[in-house]
Parts: sequence; C-alpha cells; structure tokens
Amino acid sequence: MANGLTLGSIYALVALGYTLVYGILGLINFAHGEVVMVGALTALAASKLLLAAALPPVVVFVLAFLFAALVCMALSLVIERIAYRPLRNAPRLAPLITAIGVSIILQQLAMMLWGRSYHAMPQLLPEAAFALGGVQITVIQLVIIGVAGLTMAALLVLVNRTRLGRAMRATAENPGIAALMGVDANRIIVLAFMIGSALAALAGMLVASNYGIAHYNMGFMLGLKAFTAAVLGGIGNLAGAVVGGLLLGVIEALGAGYIGDLTGGVLGSQYQDVFAFFVLIGVLVLRPAGLLGERVAERA
Amino acid sequence: MSAAMSFTRVPRKVQLVLAAMALAALPFMVSAGLGNTWLRVLDFALLYVMLALGLNIVVGFAGLLDLGYIAFYAVGAYVYALLASPHFGLHWPVWAILPVGALAACGFGVVLGAPTLRLRGDYLAIVTLGFGEIVRIFMNNLNAPVNITNGPKGIAGIDPIHIGGHALSQPLEIFGVTIPALVLNYYFFLALALLVMLAGLRLHDSRIGRAWAAIREDEMAAKACGINTRNVKLLAFAMGASFGGLAGGLFASFQAFVSPESFSLMESIMVLCMVVLGGMGHIPGIILGALVLTVLPEAFRHGAGPVQQAVFGQVLVDPENLRMLLFGMALVVVMLYRPSGLWPDPRHRQEFNSR
Repeated sequence: MANGLTLGSIYALVALGYTLVYGILGLINFAHGEVVMVGALTALAASKLLLAAALPPVVVFVLAFLFAALVCMALSLVIERIAYRPLRNAPRLAPLITAIGVSIILQQLAMMLWGRSYHAMPQLLPEAAFALGGVQITVIQLVIIGVAGLTMAALLVLVNRTRLGRAMRATAENPGIAALMGVDANRIIVLAFMIGSALAALAGMLVASNYGIAHYNMGFMLGLKAFTAAVLGGIGNLAGAVVGGLLLGVIEALGAGYIGDLTGGVLGSQYQDVFAFFVLIGVLVLRPAGLLGERVAERA
Repeated sequence: MSAAMSFTRVPRKVQLVLAAMALAALPFMVSAGLGNTWLRVLDFALLYVMLALGLNIVVGFAGLLDLGYIAFYAVGAYVYALLASPHFGLHWPVWAILPVGALAACGFGVVLGAPTLRLRGDYLAIVTLGFGEIVRIFMNNLNAPVNITNGPKGIAGIDPIHIGGHALSQPLEIFGVTIPALVLNYYFFLALALLVMLAGLRLHDSRIGRAWAAIREDEMAAKACGINTRNVKLLAFAMGASFGGLAGGLFASFQAFVSPESFSLMESIMVLCMVVLGGMGHIPGIILGALVLTVLPEAFRHGAGPVQQAVFGQVLVDPENLRMLLFGMALVVVMLYRPSGLWPDPRHRQEFNSR
C-alpha cells in the first residue's frame, strides 16, 4: 500500500503535466515522459557534482531539483516552440507525430550524453524505515508522498484561486474569447508547458531517488503509465489526474501482490500490467469520460 | 514535370503494363544494385504497406485512433506460428492458415471494438494501447501453466509458405532461370499487398466507405442520417484487424520465427506514423509513407557510419544512435512542412483542417 501510494504520487505528478497541456491545447504531449527522464538524469548529474562540493545532502536535494527543473523548463520551451506551436491549427494527429519524433530525439540525445548504462542515484535522504500504523514505510517514500501532495495542492490553488489560474481556465474553455478578454494565449500555453515540465523534473528526481537508479530509457513506460492515469481520472481535469495517478499506483502494487492468491497461483505478478489495463478498460467502458471527467461535447 | 505530364497522356492500359513491368523488375534491380539486404528490406516494406493500409481503414477512413494495432499483426503471426511449426507438430497448408489468421485477428478486432464503441478520441487511443499491451504480455507469459506461446523465447522453425508444392524459402528454377527465394517472397507479398490496396480503394468509394467518412467527420450527424454507427464502426475494426492478421501470418512465415518482442507498442506507433506521415485516408499516400518509413531507417543504418568516416575521418557518433536521431528529426521536419502528410488526399485536405 505504501509502495502503491509512492508510485501513485509519482504517476500523479507526471499525469498533471499531461493534463495541464491537454486541458488547454487538446494535445497529447507524448514527449512528456522523456522530459521526466531528462529531469531524472540531470538531477542525478547535478547531485553528484554538488555532493563532490561537500554540501549537506538536503541542500543538494533541493539544489539538484532546482537545476533539473530549470533544464526541463528550458527544454519544454524549445519543444513547444519548434514542434507544437507551428502545428497549432494543423490536423489533430500531426502534433502527435512530431511529439513521437521529439521523444525519439530526446531518448537518443540522452543515450549519447549518458550512455546506455544504468546510473546510480546518490543516496541523499536517510534510508531508515519505520512503522506507521502497522505499515512499513521508508523516509524516501514519506518524502515522495509529502512533496508530491504539497506540490499538487499548490497547483490546485494556483489554478483555482489566482488570476493566472483563471486565465488558464479561460483559455482552456475557449481560447478565442479568452484572448478577447485580454489573456495572452501563447503566454498561458508556454506557462502550462513550463509548470508541467517542472513537475516532470520533480517526478524524475523522486523516481530516481526511490529506485536509486536512472536510465535513458526510463521515460517511455513512466510517461505511458502517467498518461493512462490522466485518462483514467478524466483527461484535462487536474483533480482527476491526481486521483487517477494514485489509483493506478495502488492498483498496480496490490495487483502485483495479490494476483497470485486471487487466481490460485495460475497467474503471477508478471500480469501486473494486464491487471492495471483491465481496470482502465473497465472504468472507461462504464464511464467513457474518465472518473472525474465531464462529458465534453464533441471535442475529439 | 514535363515527363510526368506526358506520362498521364499515355493510355491507362499502357500505364498499368509499364507499372507492372517496373514492379516485376524491381527486385532484380535492387539485388543487383544494392545487394540482398535491401531485397529483404523491400519484402518488409511490403508487409508494412499491408499493415499501414489495414490501420488506415480504422484511423484514416473511420477516424478511430488505434494505438494497439500491432496486436492484430501479432495474432496473425502467432496463429501461423502455432499451426505450422514443430511447436505443436501441426503443419497446415498456407491457404488454410492465412484465412484462419485473418479471421482470428478479425475476432480480436470485434472483441476490442465492441466495448469501446462509446469511447472517442484519446480515450479510445489509450484503451486500444492497453489492449495491445495486454495481448503482448499474454504472449510473453502464456508458457505456463500450459505452454502455448513458448513465452519470451518465441516460436522458431516456422514452415515457409508453400505454393504449388514449392517452398518460398527455396530458389525456384523456371526455364533455366533461377529466381532467388527473396524475390519469390517479394512477388507473393506484392500480390497480396496489391489485393489489400484494391480492397482499400474499393472500400473507400463504397457505401461503407462513405459511412466511415461520415462518422469520422461527425458521428452524431452520421447517426441522424440513418447510419448504423455501431455496426459500421465494428466493421472498420474487424476489417482493419483482418488485414493486420494477414500481414502477421506472412511475417511469421517469412521470418520463420516469432517472439513477443516484435509486437511492442513502438511498432504500433511506427505503423501509425506511416499512416499519418503518408496522408491519412489517401491510399497512395499511405503506401508512400510505409515505404519511406521502412527504407529511411535502413538507409540511415547503412549510411550513418561510412558518411561520418568520409566527412570527419572517424566515427564520432554511434551509427545506431545517429540513425534513430535522424529518424526522429525526419518525423518532426516532415510534419512541420507537410502537416497533412506527404501526399494527402486532395479532396480531404479541407476536412482534415478542422479539429
């Protein structure tokens, strides 16, 4: 359960990035998973450098995250400008293909920079585990759940309570009218991309600290799961992304743990992903717009 | 330009004969000029043409975004592998297996289509993606408790296609001329690809094809016009899946080996790229897209090393790495300059511009 929540918070962070962009542009940002990967690897490289400078681990953790977030934000700025903005009025599937192209490019560049091997993430947080209400939980897991929770709360406040958030919601609702009301749509879109990629950097860093490794190929599957989570919750809906992420994480962890018992040992934990996808299909068949999604009229 | 103009003035029958001669001579020219590796690439390109044409029915004609299309290819391939290999000791003839494989894939298409009829757009995409992964994971793990698919090791020793008592994996001697095995496969694949292409063209102009176009443009309006959207959408899934299953069977026999690795999500995405890059819904465009996306990575594979050697005097970047990098860039650049695809349907260009 603790594992599930940890995994789920990470999915939720990444899913928020998908949902932010989707809500405003109606675009599946397929390269988002690779941004997470870049975030993880830059955070890893930065923390190695900073540790060598003999800074205390907690400071290193924060600085490495800030550095990774900056890199990812700059990266997503470039991606948006080159691969998505020129195609804003193009057929719906065209940006999907450029997104796939970008994600291949990012993967290959990462492979060139960091090589094919797995990299060990320095241990920045104490590895101690303690029992919390009968559940074994490590400090890292606690930090992940806490940081993710705080970030998501902050994001919800940003979108629902501030002037900027109102502009974002207005642009999502109707870009044309929002522009008439004096909202600079391009600025909002760029901001959505940047917030999403900062969250991606955070998620990448947390994932790397949790498993202790990072790898040029880690983004694809993570991105896929997070996108699944976003859809599960109702894509375009921030709270939905959080719920979907947590749910998917818990389902996966529980599925992996109990599927053997449930089927009398016929199916093992290798069917974990099947389990998750079956739940997804089940939910979507019953509620075609996701758990918290509203019925959007004819957008797709 | 002027050559192309004058070509259109040649009578249609002569055009067809010339095209047929060019297609028949192509494998010999390729193997003489570029070697047998490229002949293999050509055979694979034809398989991908079939796959892309099949997916085009679902995505291009009916407008249903399918990210798990490779599952049907996998079903076709595994049906062939199970019915014609030492794994179960079965050796059915090819004319029996290919229809069975296509039918099985068609069944899977309906199984996928039926529960997802209410879903649209990206929700449909993610469910089909999940379906594709489910099929792959099952193929990976169905070696226990009963060994059906032999798990990640895959099934080897699959029979080659026999036509009239001759195996396509052996060279054939006719009138003293030896035709290599790869060329025989080419002719067989070409014949089937042409069949699939003709089916696609006829479907496009048929009553069903117009119904698909109507659903793609506006499902509500299509329903109001009296189209049975449920059946017509299911038909799109079933037909697309059968073509995929057919191509899968050919793939299994050609490789003589199948394993779950060949049917990853990346393959689904590649086929989708072929459809979108070529020009959704436009059959000549799709064929072009499939050919470009099969040949381009191979060209980069062979070119990346030597060109660096020639320009810089040493290999600076791992060629395999550079090949994928260039491929990714090619995808982005093509879409930026031709957002509707390389060769879009002139009649549909307007329709696709709306979201």
